Parts: sequence; structure tokens; C-alpha cells
Amino acid sequence: MSGIVQYILTGISIGTIYGLIAIGFDLTYNTTGIINFAQGEFVMLGGMFSVALLRIPGMPAWICIVLAIALTSLVGLAMERTAIRPVKSASLTTAIIITIGVSIVIKASVGCFTKDEFVIPSLPGPVSMRILGASITSQAIWNMSIGMLIVLALWAFLKYTFVGIALRAMAEDRTNAANLGLAADRLSQLSFGLSAGIGAIAGILITPITQMSWLRGTDLGLKGFCGAVLGGMGSLPGAIIGGILIGIAETTGNVILTGYKDVIAFSIVILVLYIRPQGIMGGRL
Amino acid sequence: MKKILLFIIVFIPPVFLFKGEYAYFLSIMAIAGIYAIVAMSLNILVGYTGQISLCHAGFFGLGAYSAAIASVSHGINPWFSLAFAFLVPGMLALLVGIPTVRLKEHYLAMATLGIGIIIYGVLRANPWDITGGPGGICSIPSLVVLGKAIESDVGHYIAVLLFLSIILFFSHLLVNSRFGQLMEAINSSPHAAMSVGINVNMVRLKAFVLSASMAGLAGGLYSFLSPLSYINPDDVASVMLSVKFIAMVVIGGLFSLTGGIVGALILTWLPELLRQVTQYTPGISPSDLESIIYGMAFIAIMIMYPRGLVSRWEGHGYSQG
Repeated sequence: MSGIVQYILTGISIGTIYGLIAIGFDLTYNTTGIINFAQGEFVMLGGMFSVALLRIPGMPAWICIVLAIALTSLVGLAMERTAIRPVKSASLTTAIIITIGVSIVIKASVGCFTKDEFVIPSLPGPVSMRILGASITSQAIWNMSIGMLIVLALWAFLKYTFVGIALRAMAEDRTNAANLGLAADRLSQLSFGLSAGIGAIAGILITPITQMSWLRGTDLGLKGFCGAVLGGMGSLPGAIIGGILIGIAETTGNVILTGYKDVIAFSIVILVLYIRPQGIMGGRL
Repeated sequence: MKKILLFIIVFIPPVFLFKGEYAYFLSIMAIAGIYAIVAMSLNILVGYTGQISLCHAGFFGLGAYSAAIASVSHGINPWFSLAFAFLVPGMLALLVGIPTVRLKEHYLAMATLGIGIIIYGVLRANPWDITGGPGGICSIPSLVVLGKAIESDVGHYIAVLLFLSIILFFSHLLVNSRFGQLMEAINSSPHAAMSVGINVNMVRLKAFVLSASMAGLAGGLYSFLSPLSYINPDDVASVMLSVKFIAMVVIGGLFSLTGGIVGALILTWLPELLRQVTQYTPGISPSDLESIIYGMAFIAIMIMYPRGLVSRWEGHGYSQG
């Protein structure tokens, strides 16, 4: 019993991070219709920036974290301006190749500086706690609560602020939103910056647990994409649910058959897609 | 006609040009030719039928492993082993294709991505001790023609060229046949196609199976005709290779078979050329600079030619549906 609780808890804590990455996919997808395969690199950038900034002596940790998120958001804004905006009316596949190009450039640029693996200290708290016989680290609790906090903040932002409503209008109908006078270009750029920032937070949260290196982005991006599709592309609650499901599938998969972690996780994803082709929280197809 | 001319101009001179110490370039050309077969299979699937697939490296790897296992572990003649490379991925595609082809757009992308990762994971995990795990399979025998083994770089290249020509010929027949028209019909409007009585999912399934078999055959050729006689999961079945295959057809041009070949040539040669150039830059490690330029080339080509390099020459007017 405690074993099952343990896997589910570990799965949820890592899955929340996948959920945050998935939200990044959803934000850009909703406003621009583009699946941003560079999303994983934002996660890696967030982790690596925080590693680099925390090494500067005398800098308070919270400033480092804020700076790391801000720098990654800047990369996101720059990416939209230089690589996405020049292509008008791109097909799904063309846009995918462009974002893959961006991800190759970001990855190699970080690789120029360092190819080592890094870890940053966990957020403060007791080393581990016990819930229903399973142990859980304080970092895991931090991850879950920060994850939930971000989802709530994002929900409030999209629901109650003018910019948030404008972003939702773009998701509803891009052409009409532009006709109504919304600055479509600026809003797409904003969605890229926002998803880069959220990706960076995910990266900063996962670095204390699993280490971060220049190559980790691809893998994390794939997991996030899985979460986004599984939950129903474009749905924010779906993204979190999808991410958590991937996390649980991954941790339990490793127990069922060692060495087949990814095989089992992705088999579950595919089975869910076959049963519900529009994703768990997705609407009409 | 223009296509045949292009084919002759690009593929014939290397046989005479690259000799002696440059024979190494011929082996790169051979690999480019093998990739071109996969790219053509994707042209048929992604370009003509309009279905994305992010698992073609999986089928390619499965083909490579089927051929290698048949010839190394069971001592089957390499020529007959190629049949396994064609059939095994085809059968798997039939099995997983039935539910998969019903999915659309990013859901299809996700499902195929998952299939690719599963194939890679299984090859790497070494089930029943037949795939050799991460180390892969080595000392794969050569193809034998008239009692002579094809072992030299020139031999590999000419063999690849023959296979490429034959497959190009049949693919050309296929896309101009009635089935080719069916594929284009369901691509431009699935609903219209359905309303005139075309079984859309059946056409999609057939295209998927055929395309997977072609990629598998290319994988089998890779086992026997690559210079190392060695395969491992990262070389033949990784997700990044699937992405590279898709990049080949999109950059080359989705809507013509030549596009796939052009894309395969560019993406195979670009890293080699960049390697020559970036050797001389101080400070930055060459492989990183190479990747940065490689990625920027993706972006630049797509911004300038959103429909790929070849379709611009051939003046196709329609967009992907």
C-alpha cells in the first residue's frame, strides 16, 4: 500500500513540472496555432540560467531566480520576433521545423559554454516528510504548491485582466480578434514570452531533483508535449492533469518492468489517445 | 524528365569524382541515398496523404534490426533478409495503424512520436537478448552479387543508387496512379472525399503501411550498405532521426518526390560541409558552432521557402489541407 502511495506521490510531484511545461505548449498553441518544440529548451535555459546566476557571490537567491525567469522570457520574446513572425500563414509542419531549428540553436549555444551537469540547492524545508507511510521531500511539496499557484495565477490572469481576455479571444478566433483591433503580433509575442517564463520556472523547480545539463531540454519538452496532448491540446486544466498522468505512468512503469520506463509511459499515452482521440479535457474534434 | 536529369546530374558524377582518399565522401553519398528513400516514403505519407509521422526512424530502425538479426543470428542470406526489413515494419504499421490513422494533426503527431519512442525503447532494452541493447549489432555481412561481396565504398554507393532509382520509379508510378489521386483527394478535403464514397481511413492506412515498409527497406539497406557494418539504437531509431527525416521532406519540399531527395542530400551534406568550415574558428568548439549554423539554416530556409525548396521550382499552388 505504502509502495503505491509512494509511486503516486513521486509521480504527482514530477508530473506537476511536466504539467507546467505542457501549459507552455498550450499557451503558444492557443494564440498562434504553433506547437513550439523549443519549449523544452526554455525549461533547460531556466535551469541553466539559475545555476549560472546562483554562482555569483553575494547575490540574493531570489534575485537570481527572478533574473533567470526574466532572461528566459526575453529569449522567448526574441524567438517570436526573429523566427516565428517573419513566417506568415505557415503550415503545421513548416512551423514545427522552425521551432526545431530554434531548439537546435539554443541547445548548441548553451553547449558552447558548458557541457557539465549541474544541480542547485533545494528550496528550504525539512529533508523529508511521511504521508500515509510514503516519504516525500520538501522540494516535491514546494513543486506541487508552486505549480498549483502558477496555474491559479494564470487562470486569474486569463479570466480577469484585459490582456488575458485578449489572449483568449485570439485562441477563439485569430482573424476576428485582429479585426477587432487587438494587436495580434504583440499578443503572440506575449504568449511566447509567457510560456518561456513558465518553462523557466519548471526548469528551476526540476534542477534540484534531477540535475540539469544542456541536453535535458529535448526530453523534458517531449514529456510536456505528451502532457499537453493527453490532457487535450489547448486546455490548461488538461495540461496539468496530463502532466501528472505522465509522471505517474513513468514512475510506476519503471516498477512494472525495469528498463522499459518510456515504453510503458508512452504505451499508456497512446492507449488514452485511441480511446479518447481529443485528449482527456479536449472538446470537440 | 527534369527529375531524371537532376538525378543524373547529382548522383552519377560522384562515382568518378571521389576516388582514393576522397572515397569517404562516397560513403556519405550512400547514406544520403538511403535517407532519400526514407524521405520519399515520407513524401508519400506526409506530402500526398497529409498525415504527419514522427516515427519513421522507428520503422527504419526496425527494418535495419530485422535484416541484421536475420542475417547475423540466423544466418539467412542478406538478400532474403531484406525481405524481413520490408515485411516486419509493414506488419507493425498495419497493427498500430488501424487505430492511429483515425487521429488528426497534433494528436497524430503525438501518437506517432510515441510509437517511435516505444520502438526505440524496445530495441534498446534488448528483449530476449536479440537486439544487443545499447551496443547494437556488429559485423553484419555484406550483400553478395555474382559471388562477389559488396564491401567497397564505390560498391555501396552504386548499390544504393540502383535501389534508389528502382524505388523512385515505383513511387513515381504510385503517386500518378489512381491510388495517388485518392491520396491527394483525401489530403485536400477529407470530407469531400468521404462524400464521394472514398474510404478515407482505408487509404490512410494503406499509405501508412506502404510508407513504413519503404522506410524499413531503407533500414535494411543501411544495415548492409553503411560503411561500418554496425547498427545501434541511437544511430538508426532515435527520435531525433525521425525529426531529421521530417525536416528533410519539409525543407526539400513536401509535394514532390524530388523534394525528399533534395532534402536528404542537403541535410546529410550540410553537417559535413560545416565540419570543414568550423574547424578553423578559434574559441568555440566546432561541433557546437556546426549545430548553431545547422539550426539557423532550418529557420532561414523555412522563412524564405515555407513550402520547401523544390515545390517552388515546380510551381505547386496548393497548400496543405
